[in-house]
Amino acid sequence: MYYFTAAFFNSKLRCVANLTILKQINRVDNLISLRSVSTQKRTCPLLSVQPVRGLLDEKFQIAVTNLPPNQKVTLHSLHQSDDKDFWEAFGHYVSDEHGSVTGFKDESLGGTYDGTEPMGLLWSMRPIPGSRHGLRLRKRDIFRPMEVRISVYNGHLSQGFSHQAPLATSVTERWYVAPGVKRVNIREKEIRGTLFLPPGSGPYPGVLDLWGGGGGLVEYRSALLASHGFASMALEYLAPEDLSLEDTDASYFEKAYQILNNHPMVKKDHLAVLGLSLGSAITLNMVSYSKVIKPQCCVCISGSHLMPVEKSLSELFELMKNHEDKLCVNEDNQVIYRNLILSLPCQSGKVDVGRIKCPLLLVNGDDDQNFPAVESAEDMAMMMDKAGNRHLLEILTYPDTGHLIEPPYSPHFRATKYKLQWTKERIVMLWGGQTKPHAYAQEDAWKKILAFLWQHLSAP
Amino acid sequence: MLTEVGTCPLLSVQPSRAQVDEKVQIVVMNLLPNQKVTLHSLHQSEDKDFWEAFGHYISDEYGTVTVAKDESLGGTYEGTEQMGLLWSMRPIPGSRPGLRLRKMNILTPIVIHISVYGGHLSQGFSQQTPLATSVTERWYVAPGVQRVNIRENGVRGTLFLPPGPGLYPGVLDLWGGGGGLVEYRSGLLASHGFASMALEYLGPEDLRTADVDVSYFEKAYQILQNHPKVQRDRMAMLGLSFGSAVTLSMAAYSKVIKPQCCVCISGSHVFPVDKSLFEVFEGMKKYIGRVQVNEENQVIHRNIILPIPSDPALKVDVGRIKCPLLLVNAGDDQNWASVESAEDMEMMMEKAGNRDLLTVLTYPGAGHLIEPPYSPHFRASNFILQGVKEKIVMLWGGQTKPHAYAQEDSWEKILAFLRKHLYFSSNFAVKAKL
Repeated sequence: MYYFTAAFFNSKLRCVANLTILKQINRVDNLISLRSVSTQKRTCPLLSVQPVRGLLDEKFQIAVTNLPPNQKVTLHSLHQSDDKDFWEAFGHYVSDEHGSVTGFKDESLGGTYDGTEPMGLLWSMRPIPGSRHGLRLRKRDIFRPMEVRISVYNGHLSQGFSHQAPLATSVTERWYVAPGVKRVNIREKEIRGTLFLPPGSGPYPGVLDLWGGGGGLVEYRSALLASHGFASMALEYLAPEDLSLEDTDASYFEKAYQILNNHPMVKKDHLAVLGLSLGSAITLNMVSYSKVIKPQCCVCISGSHLMPVEKSLSELFELMKNHEDKLCVNEDNQVIYRNLILSLPCQSGKVDVGRIKCPLLLVNGDDDQNFPAVESAEDMAMMMDKAGNRHLLEILTYPDTGHLIEPPYSPHFRATKYKLQWTKERIVMLWGGQTKPHAYAQEDAWKKILAFLWQHLSAP
Repeated sequence: MLTEVGTCPLLSVQPSRAQVDEKVQIVVMNLLPNQKVTLHSLHQSEDKDFWEAFGHYISDEYGTVTVAKDESLGGTYEGTEQMGLLWSMRPIPGSRPGLRLRKMNILTPIVIHISVYGGHLSQGFSQQTPLATSVTERWYVAPGVQRVNIRENGVRGTLFLPPGPGLYPGVLDLWGGGGGLVEYRSGLLASHGFASMALEYLGPEDLRTADVDVSYFEKAYQILQNHPKVQRDRMAMLGLSFGSAVTLSMAAYSKVIKPQCCVCISGSHVFPVDKSLFEVFEGMKKYIGRVQVNEENQVIHRNIILPIPSDPALKVDVGRIKCPLLLVNAGDDQNWASVESAEDMEMMMEKAGNRDLLTVLTYPGAGHLIEPPYSPHFRASNFILQGVKEKIVMLWGGQTKPHAYAQEDSWEKILAFLRKHLYFSSNFAVKAKL
């Protein structure tokens, strides 16, 4: 919020006001083809977005009213990321006989999404033309919301949005944290993470939240989980400053698990481990072999049991490096990682999932170009069948969905810039998936993950 | 009482961040079937007082309580009341008397803790551990709404602008005899697409009542109308209580103030504002004998204008009003005789031939302070009488449930009325500078 005096406005913006009036007159010419006369009728469209402040996984309703009937309009969304890049999405609509466009029931006839897609303006976002390549949209400061500017423009536009004055604009906020969620830095022994606690006195079921090979301390999923009543700890395990890869072995994860389980706000022995990508591989390893990590349930997104993680991470990466020749690169110079994992020594290396004793949910995309998640899931099902614990396993496989199955309505990235952990080489990694099915997968998987966690963690 | 709860109840409040005039869905799941629970709301005001509300429920056979469809069996509200936990709030036991809940800093939200307790509790909430708690925020401003200080030409106010390039219809927003600069209604109006200016005209140190006359309000109106983001020919005036008297007077007499429509809440046309406020208040002092005090020492102000005078000099000549006028009145208004005034205004406008401009909404059981929806109800509260600077307890009137209904319904109708005349009207024309 900033403060101007009326005098400031009057002096600086009179020209803008005139320009705006002229633009509006031009718009009126477009709306109603009247020959230029001294008076013209004008409508003033009303744009509403409800709720204007939502959690990231909440739906919103967009409605435009008071347009002329059968008017071509474009609904547009604009967001500037933490990295200062601009992302946008748009859909082409035609108002009905009452001059209304209703996002949840009307069809987009084209744009970055089509069909009846109430949340299309979010999940179909992509960098604006002229942006840097290989961008990925990730929020770092999760205590500030993602601000999205929703506008309605006259006509069916596909570009040049910044040069047009919209008919109406609304600003909506998308939050990763619900009000009252608390953030606790975890720096205990050498364990580094962030614990998010739901509001109230607790205790709460706990979730140990593991991201993948990209590393760092990624907090947004844990913040969202805390907004749903879980004490969720995002763990940093890939070479934070004071930790070497040699020291990151099973005991690191066991210590982290114990810190969570022993926390006064966490319901002892009501824990889950949730992983994505490499985090899933670690999850499968821990839950099969660890004497310490005994969660009530596990969720593995886009994972595989083919990666041997029971020794230190440095040994794992050494192994990957030795099989580097199996990495494929396509014509767009994007790296396809999945074959490297498939080439790892199988019989000795694979995690013995027959030893798992808790319910396990696998969430996979069948166009995963990074991990052979679907093949791994089939093999795991066979192994568990043989071992007699197949009933613990549930597999969700989403068609045309890529590797990065993120919280709902996040944009889809088929390929992005990436830094390989063991060589620090910068590449473009192919994740896979097509935007619309991937968006569906993110929305559906999240619902099912939350239901699964509640089902297994809410028992007394 | 030891409550054995074998489950992990899930409390959800959606949306967790809402506008003040938006409804919330409160649902508790994963209780035992047919379990007695209490839903409780708690808020600490800017003045540090605690406010609370509660309702007694019984979960269904699935162990679920859905506030929007289940009945509260008792508490601060009863029956099926989706927003009861908000509008039935009152100061917790032991609070200072005569409190009123008003947010002065509207750039931050109202924070409310919603909790579910085992059993049917009516007190001692702070000594019990709830089964679950959720925190919800209620905002007066939508994201992107811009707040602009107005200090021009002696006029003091705050302008709230909707997001986007504009142009927007303008609303001049006037509160009542309590004075000060009250921003929250303008913040909400801006969240609905109106450039709304809350005007301060009573009570700040450098603004004396002798200096506030018709020209003050005309200057304020012009500042708003001339603003680069405001649509000159789409203006409204909205007043509550004494602000209504100002609105009616301006609409009837001013050569400068010519809005497309007016809204007057809990107001009257008696005591026209055609001189300085000082002189208007002096004029009212003659009738001070009609003001009553009840046994609880609460001041009943309404009779000051009763009986409605027949002398036209004592009333705004509403027959001169040329724009649509919406009156919103409370059937149990103990502060101004607004219902009787409305009847008289109707007669005058009938005689003058402009009756078709008038719409009157009267809410039985509501009190004087018809505020935005889901605000708590205050039958009486502390008040400082202008001019004498005396601290009293003013009786506003109304019963909580009908008052809550009045606030919710009238706000919807006020917004619809403003949209109709400022957005949807086909009477607008733009003179193209060709």
